[in-house]
Amino acid sequence: MIQLNVNGVERSFDGDPDLPLLWYLRDVLGLTGTKFGCGMALCGACTVHQDGKAIRSCMTSMSTVAGKEITTIEAISKDGLHPVQQKWIEFNVPQCGYCQSGQIMQAISLLKEKPKPSDQDIEGSMSGNICRCGTYQRIRAAIKAAAGEDL
Amino acid sequence: MSNHILNVSRRGFLQGVVSTGALVLSVRLFPDLLWADETASGTHADRAVLHPSAFVGIDTDGTVYLVAHRSEMGTGSRTAVPLVLADELDADWKRVKLEQAIGDPRYGSQDTDGSHSIREFYPVMREAGATARLMLIRAAAQQWGVPASECESDLHVIVHRASNRKAGYGELASAAAALPVPKKDELRFKPKSAWRYVSKGASSYDLVDLCTGKAGFGMDARLDGMVYASVEHPPVLGGKVKSYDQKAPLQVKGVKQTIPIKPFTPPHHFQPLGGVAVIADNTWAAFQGRKKLNVAWDHGANAGYDSEQYKKELQETARKPGKVARNLGDVDAVFAKGGRIVEADYYVPHLAHATMEPPVALADFRNGKVTVWAPTQNPQAVQETIASELGIPKENVTCYVSLLGGGFGRKSKPDYAAEAAILSKAVGRPVKVVWSREDDIKFGYYHAVAAMYLKAALNEKGKPTAWLQRSVFPSIGSTFKLNTMYGSAGELGLGWTDLPFDIPNHRVENGAAENHVRIGWFRSVANIYHAFAAQSFANELAHSAGRDSLEYLLELIGPSRIVDVKASAPEYENYGAPPAAYPLDTARMRRVVELAAEKAGWGKRNLGKGSGLGIAVHRSFLTYVATVVEVEVGDQGEVKIPSVHTAVDAGMVVNPEATRAQFEGAAVFGTSIVRSGAITAKNGAIEQSNFHDYPVARMNEAPYKTNVYIVDSDAPPAGVGEPGVPPFAPAVCNAIFAATGRRIRELPLAKAAASA
Repeated sequence: MIQLNVNGVERSFDGDPDLPLLWYLRDVLGLTGTKFGCGMALCGACTVHQDGKAIRSCMTSMSTVAGKEITTIEAISKDGLHPVQQKWIEFNVPQCGYCQSGQIMQAISLLKEKPKPSDQDIEGSMSGNICRCGTYQRIRAAIKAAAGEDL
Repeated sequence: MSNHILNVSRRGFLQGVVSTGALVLSVRLFPDLLWADETASGTHADRAVLHPSAFVGIDTDGTVYLVAHRSEMGTGSRTAVPLVLADELDADWKRVKLEQAIGDPRYGSQDTDGSHSIREFYPVMREAGATARLMLIRAAAQQWGVPASECESDLHVIVHRASNRKAGYGELASAAAALPVPKKDELRFKPKSAWRYVSKGASSYDLVDLCTGKAGFGMDARLDGMVYASVEHPPVLGGKVKSYDQKAPLQVKGVKQTIPIKPFTPPHHFQPLGGVAVIADNTWAAFQGRKKLNVAWDHGANAGYDSEQYKKELQETARKPGKVARNLGDVDAVFAKGGRIVEADYYVPHLAHATMEPPVALADFRNGKVTVWAPTQNPQAVQETIASELGIPKENVTCYVSLLGGGFGRKSKPDYAAEAAILSKAVGRPVKVVWSREDDIKFGYYHAVAAMYLKAALNEKGKPTAWLQRSVFPSIGSTFKLNTMYGSAGELGLGWTDLPFDIPNHRVENGAAENHVRIGWFRSVANIYHAFAAQSFANELAHSAGRDSLEYLLELIGPSRIVDVKASAPEYENYGAPPAAYPLDTARMRRVVELAAEKAGWGKRNLGKGSGLGIAVHRSFLTYVATVVEVEVGDQGEVKIPSVHTAVDAGMVVNPEATRAQFEGAAVFGTSIVRSGAITAKNGAIEQSNFHDYPVARMNEAPYKTNVYIVDSDAPPAGVGEPGVPPFAPAVCNAIFAATGRRIRELPLAKAAASA
């Protein structure tokens, strides 16, 4: 039995310990905001926070998240919109939007570590997240606008 | 404009009012997406008190329901098309609720491709809006006992200024509904000066949902009692299952059963590929179960497909006379005279769409009927394909359209939705088919590989007196008809027969090629390889003539004129649009070239060593686009793109902000094509599998800043989703040449570098 906390709720899981967290979130808990993109941690669509830091849930097996706190896009803001989400809206970042949960989760994690990221910091942190629609310059602009705001 | 509050009220509406039938089902599936209903009661728009057309309904509370009948894959159609109606209706966009249409021919074409949602439906939406507005005006006039000509609309109200009276749309809806629907010639359209949204734009209707994880993609569809499926497809097109291990997959925890899917009957069309499905109680278990299938395949006739060999064949064909698609003057006579002749070969490989959301669909078969939820660009094709696969009438298939996590043409082909329906029938429960990324890359409908050969004779000033261009590629027609060997007039009309250069002797040809994989539409289609060849060659000639490439390009385009392509290319289709409304106008082409060059500082900037600017222009989907790309090439040949300047003349533009986004995105999409896009086959099977061996551009590889300039125009609206892509690759390669003197004739750069 694996115990973990997902979005503030204590959960226990007794299925296959090799099951990636992504599919536990999506198929078992029905938290579909976190997306499947590649299954190999190559695209970042599945990004969630583990103890506040961005991880790729598609390559994170349930056996490794015992005792961890997992936060998904659904709970990134307790009340209203997170400042990063607000900037995403202000800059009209999404096109199809499928990758944007992962982008936002990655950006929030970046800004926690580096509240005033340089272009290099942004590229370093965000280049693991693919957007096939090509919204990168708006993502960069939204992150810069969010930088320094109370996160 | 934020629609956050609107979203909350939408949820409130659904919980409060809708309580029965399939709609509740769909509400549970996608809590934030409002759907048309397949029951006899129709859509919310249909059920509203005033509903003069299938696209609009107005209720007594003033809510305006607009039906979004085109698919949303990121291009903004779902917002922009209803926005036109809302504007003509003078409706308050904040009081509009969009409902996504099911597949239904009453809406006309729902095939969201070819960049034509606005082009085709702009007039339809205006009429629908003007019709409802006129009925509201007449209802108000009747109530007030004044002439209708004295009444007018303001935001969501009808006013009679003389008596200072006004009434809201909700108050008037019932009375308006009692009036006859006006005829088309009675309609009065709003003058441009009164437009509220058109040409000003609005944020995506789904913006907040997309930023909060609430948006309903096909991948997110859920239904009580559903199971998950993953399909092992034949590695080679046309392959068949000889045998497989029926027991081993069941040892995987969560796997319930395995089901064979029959191979398709050629031509493949949109039929599933066949193979073996693994059914499980979660997606991952289904993926794991497949690893234990140990399928023995009969690979069939395409097992010899080898991209290296095929490339040689295409290139040899491109060097031989082909079928003539356009002929002007006599190129042979000019070439026979000798003089300065320039020739070049170009090559673009297969490409895969790689939508971030892989193909996925949820289907529920019961009592001879299918309900399917799919991210599809074409719900009516979903109906037709499933009906054909299951031998049921099309009317017995209901297709709900989710948001699409990218489309780019892949989701015009509903093979994956048909798999879900076949499996649901076999299992007797709702089945969600999920394609892995590997499935997506290995079993696509690929962009055609293409070889091009160009030859020109130059006069003493370096200007071409004769120009021959030949392309060879497996046609998309092969997907629908066996033994299709030549490109269709439609494909050749994508940037090849319609190259509007001012050259007296001009011949366009196409050579024969056989398909060995599924070939399909891919964002901007044949324009990609045609523009790459034509715009690269133009640049080569400029260099050969010792001329500035911008100046030379303008000279090739020649004086401002309307080019009658059909006069020398009788089968030319002009994207299905009448040439009278959408002529090929070189004045517009020149203007975008000049604008992009001016904004990029062409000829005025001191670029450092290893830096250069490249330009290309292309008309596609009736839109004129010129792009100037700046590159920095490092010592190891690594390419950076600091800036892109793109000028666009798409005629009248409904949503400028979304349009700019499309061209920013096209630059990134084009970057993927230039840098790394290559799908290859060996022994009939695709060699790539995921983003490590089919890389697409990431933030650190994409252009740092793409600036988009939209030409102000009153011309009829053209397309914006695709036209940014074609000029991008040649502009990059021309910039690399300017920076380094190295000419790229084969894409992608990664391949060219490896073979250099």
